[in-house]
Amino acid sequence: MFRTCDITGLKVDLRAERLIQLNAVMAVVSLLIGVIAALLLVLTRWQVVHLLPVDWYYRVLTLHGLNALIFWIVFFEIAGLYFGSTVVLNSRMSSPKFGWLAFILMVLGFLLVNFTILSGNADVLMTSYAPLQAHPIYYLGIILFAVGALIGVFLFFANLLIARKERTYGDSLPLFTFGLVAAAIIAIITLASGAIIYIPTLLWSLGIIKSMDAGVYKLVWWGLGHPSQQINVTAMIAVWYLGAFLTVGGTSINEKVSRIAFVLYIIGINVAAAHHLLVDPGPSPAWKVFNTSYIMYIAVLASMIHAFAVPSAIESAQRRRGFTKGLFDWLKNAPWGNPAFSAVFLSIIIFGFIGGITGVVNGMEQTNIIVHNTLSIPGHFKGTVVGGTTLAFMGATYYLIPLIFRKKIAFFGLAKIQPWVFGLGIAVLAVSMYILGAFGVPRRHYDITFSGGPFTYTFNPATDFFWVLFAVGGIAAVVGALMWILIVVFSVFFGEPVRGPQDMQLQVASPPPPAKEHGGFEAPGTLTLTLLFMGVFLIFLLLNWGWLAAMWEVR
Amino acid sequence: MALLPPEEGWYFKRVAKDEKMWITLALVVCLILFFWMIVWHIYGKQNPSFTTYRTTPEEFNALTMAFIEKYKVGEMNGIPVVEPPPNSDVFLVGKMWRWEPVLVLRKGQEYRFHISSLDLLHGFSLQPVNMNFMVYPGYDYVLTFKPTSTGEFAIVCNEFCGIGHHMMIGKIIVKE
Repeated sequence: MFRTCDITGLKVDLRAERLIQLNAVMAVVSLLIGVIAALLLVLTRWQVVHLLPVDWYYRVLTLHGLNALIFWIVFFEIAGLYFGSTVVLNSRMSSPKFGWLAFILMVLGFLLVNFTILSGNADVLMTSYAPLQAHPIYYLGIILFAVGALIGVFLFFANLLIARKERTYGDSLPLFTFGLVAAAIIAIITLASGAIIYIPTLLWSLGIIKSMDAGVYKLVWWGLGHPSQQINVTAMIAVWYLGAFLTVGGTSINEKVSRIAFVLYIIGINVAAAHHLLVDPGPSPAWKVFNTSYIMYIAVLASMIHAFAVPSAIESAQRRRGFTKGLFDWLKNAPWGNPAFSAVFLSIIIFGFIGGITGVVNGMEQTNIIVHNTLSIPGHFKGTVVGGTTLAFMGATYYLIPLIFRKKIAFFGLAKIQPWVFGLGIAVLAVSMYILGAFGVPRRHYDITFSGGPFTYTFNPATDFFWVLFAVGGIAAVVGALMWILIVVFSVFFGEPVRGPQDMQLQVASPPPPAKEHGGFEAPGTLTLTLLFMGVFLIFLLLNWGWLAAMWEVR
Repeated sequence: MALLPPEEGWYFKRVAKDEKMWITLALVVCLILFFWMIVWHIYGKQNPSFTTYRTTPEEFNALTMAFIEKYKVGEMNGIPVVEPPPNSDVFLVGKMWRWEPVLVLRKGQEYRFHISSLDLLHGFSLQPVNMNFMVYPGYDYVLTFKPTSTGEFAIVCNEFCGIGHHMMIGKIIVKE
């Protein structure tokens, strides 16, 4: 039932390993669909090409949202949860049978949803705002997928209980698994919201419930929609810590700080879903300000804590290895040839500088007026969930291939540049979308020349330039994602087997020498980077409030 | 240690000087952000309203029709043009895939907009000022606008409302 890994020395439950593999394969399949859809969308919205007809544009947009934002990420997270609760803890899978049940339900949901969308019966976009209605099978598919995922999350907790009872690890959970616990707690709250909204919606689509209030639907739906992204954030940060550890042997310079930051996520992050209703009829300013500020920004604080803790873990380990010169010698001499390292580091930068900064501005009650439903919104979450989470997960996969699939990474030279192509592509795409949104360009819109409408409107001519950037960034990101899929598929199905540590292309770093006592800064380079971040953040904030103050008056 | 249990005594280890500095700075910025939103409600001129009335598509349509009849001054591409007096109630309806009516307003004057939808969700996106609000069926959203610039403005629909979504564009004209 077990094998002992000859590279890490960890005990691997073969039944858990099989489930990790299957979920990871489904994640890649979902991403492939999402990426092909993304290419079609980029080539449609860039109106020089305007590829798809109008009905297929919205259909493919729905397909893209569900596959890239839900299926890819949740399948990968379930694989991650099983990995973090069995392999990492030297423990076993509590119930492989339920693991299979969860997997089958998720695949069934995946098939039903994609089939309904492609057959033209669910042109409702990911949010499916009532009174817009899809075919009942679409809602059923989502419910099945969510139930499967929920079983997976419960298995994760059951695994933890077994590991604790059988004392397979020390007194405290490793930080990676601790982060996953935070993600899993958020997942349960999120999936409960999902059940509260999708079950009545299914009944409504069947005609059993007569009417569905638009406001109630939107409120509860975002209890699923946004927190599901917070699961991603939390899992991504767990992967950042994992990456720092595997690539350079970096550990938090203070574990307590990192753990408290994860707890802050659990407390504060879900209420922020309210920021999707900032310019909607109904909610009061007090409700909006309290909730969208993540209860006074405690989750933003947590993110900023991680933003220091992860790079400083890398810096501290590198300094102890002797890269002590100047502020950034540690970074210059980091293992840039290791694609997992470059993926994690780029993920941190893109998430912070693009996703994080724009997210705070979008989520403030008044500045939301100038971004709501413009292209700035998808611009923001290209920075968080694509440049951040997806890129971090891609990086983690470079370790998953040799350690879990026991295959060498194919096209290793390509793998070294893949995170750069994908990361830079997404960065350019996200920034150009954000700027287009600032010019007022709407998201989810087939034709911004408004052909067929009673009037017309021409956006600022400067947008032409940003549309070109949008296309360049988008295509580069698609190429980067396809490179990754090619590497993964080829390695897993046709790759050379890994027979032992000699076949390992990536370093599993040994712990660095212990730190010497000193009175100075632990991570001056990281402090410089985070202060730079804060400067950019404050400038961006002031610019946006300046723009807002120049608008018409409204109250 | 991300993959190993933390080292002995991790809970009592002192937080490094630089990490402490960063966390303090981050906390201060977070608190400023929080209070800034409240301060803007007192001193700022752009705050999303929360005055909302329950309505029905039928009722709201009737109100809009009465409003159009009262202040109609012409027609533009088949859509009535309405010039309401300053400080009055203005009705704007979104439906698949039209905004009605076209409004003629005066710069520097206040208008109490009532915005609602007759069918799906729509997005009220005023261009090029770039102000965006949501429009629901069954909810009468009251927003008091004071135009501060003159010219022709477009109302783009920026919430997906079906196959003709991209044709849904309205107009507001602001005169000196």
